[in-house]
Amino acid sequence: MDKMDKPLTQNIEPDRLFATLADYERTGGYQGLRKAVKELQPKEVQQWVKDAELRGRGGSGFPAGLKWSLVPMDDARQVRYLIANGDEMEPGTFKDRFLLEKDPHQLIEGMIIAAYAIQARTAYIFLRAEYHLAARRLEQALQEARAKDYLGERILNSDFSLDIHLHTSAGRYICGEETALINALEGKRAHPRTKPPFAVVSGLWGRPTVVNNIETLCNVPHIIRYGVEWYKGLGRGADHGTKLFGASGRVKRPGLWELPMGTPIREIFEEQAGGMQAGFSLRGLLPGGASTEFLLPEQLDVPMDYEAVAKAGSRMGTGGLIILDDKTCPVKMVLNLELFFAQESCGWCTPCRDGLPWAAALLQDIVEGRGRLEDLETLSGLTRMMGLGHTFCALALGAMEPLQSALKFFRADFERYITGAGEG
Amino acid sequence: MTGKPAVLTSVEIEEITAEMSHYADKAAVSIEALKIVQKYRRWVSDECLVAVAELLGISPAQLEGVATFYNLIYRQPVGRSVIHYCNSVSCWMLGAEQVRERLCRHLNVEPGEMSADGEYTVLPIVCLGACDHAPVVLVGGQLRLDVTDDTVDEMLGR
Repeated sequence: MDKMDKPLTQNIEPDRLFATLADYERTGGYQGLRKAVKELQPKEVQQWVKDAELRGRGGSGFPAGLKWSLVPMDDARQVRYLIANGDEMEPGTFKDRFLLEKDPHQLIEGMIIAAYAIQARTAYIFLRAEYHLAARRLEQALQEARAKDYLGERILNSDFSLDIHLHTSAGRYICGEETALINALEGKRAHPRTKPPFAVVSGLWGRPTVVNNIETLCNVPHIIRYGVEWYKGLGRGADHGTKLFGASGRVKRPGLWELPMGTPIREIFEEQAGGMQAGFSLRGLLPGGASTEFLLPEQLDVPMDYEAVAKAGSRMGTGGLIILDDKTCPVKMVLNLELFFAQESCGWCTPCRDGLPWAAALLQDIVEGRGRLEDLETLSGLTRMMGLGHTFCALALGAMEPLQSALKFFRADFERYITGAGEG
Repeated sequence: MTGKPAVLTSVEIEEITAEMSHYADKAAVSIEALKIVQKYRRWVSDECLVAVAELLGISPAQLEGVATFYNLIYRQPVGRSVIHYCNSVSCWMLGAEQVRERLCRHLNVEPGEMSADGEYTVLPIVCLGACDHAPVVLVGGQLRLDVTDDTVDEMLGR
């Protein structure tokens, strides 16, 4: 049972294309579901996940069990929905694709248990359009699950029935925001909705709806099967369980590893990713995807858990480290990020729709030698204008995180362009 | 319908109708419907857009709002093969611009344009979720990892 410290990837092996249903069942797959529907009340399942303090792995870290417990449960005839958010599009993040392609049944079991916990009879997998292989594997896995009575009417002879539909999107970063995702699933433009009401009360077609990230749901079968105490024993710091951490950029071994929550960045960067490629040194990193603040080389001992990374001035986000090397210009890197965010703004609220292209244009001017020193003040002003509480959703807020930290840590790089000393 | 020549094929209508059973409301299949049309025709023409809107019982303007919102619904003709090169941050750091330049130079196009022989359209795309193998390209539903000049040449049969 030495694989028990890596529950999420226990069925994923280098010489295995992906975990089939038989592979998944061999290590205890669908036992968590059996236990949930046979031995536990929906409220108990909610409580277990709450007690395990499973936090959302999509970036926000919202407690999953708490989210479930906010769903109104008193009316048995109420229609409720569960949605798995597979719209992974945060630059630097590639964990959900891996989980979906390599072990699709793990997600499906997690979804069935989550749907049971909130008594949803219909669930959707919202998958980004570009994940073609994941879509094929999921369709096949859904059919297998139906054939084995894990899915469909009266699952495993219980009173619980559920079907899961796969929805493939058509490409837009904002679909990862839960209320925008709900609009997309309703066939609309993916604009975020006003909150409150929150989706748990009024979501898909106005019904109570829980939206959970793929990796979050993949944790659920293990919590139910092995229990809360076991799960809490997996973390190294304040948070529990394991997490898929990634690294990309000019490291020796870019990749993805399942490690305990609270693993220090240094271990991910040095031991797993092998440190920098020859000829490059570490300048900084974004710890959890594009919409997080830069951390510096002297912050490598920060543990990857939600509070610790926040205290260090950034966010754990998706846990995908993006490594900035000394030969990549941080100003151009931030320009690349802001062009992404400007393109992907849904256009619904003015600060984001107009502010992001403005920021990108100023950065473009700077790297092309047309910048002025006062542009740096304007950029700082934009980070405040698109700060907390000024926009409809968190897209612009996230977009400002790398920018405001770059202005602070790499100011000399910005100034060199402006004073004519050039790049680097 | 009303005696007008049918725009959508019976196969398209059948596939779109089958999707409707998955949702509480048929307007919800807007995105699937556009993707089904695109699967057979490569892009969504004005005539098709109007026909799909009619089938779903929504206004063409509403469906156009949806069609133009999503990056992967094409409202103008594209080549038989659409090559999406990732231009997000990790790929950008590891040579996405070189990939774009080589693709565009070989095909003599700018991103968004179709090659003269109608074979290819080159488009940028946001992070494809394979950052550990940057730079990456998506073509024909398949990810090409760790793309080099040679990969580009081989992809285009040069």
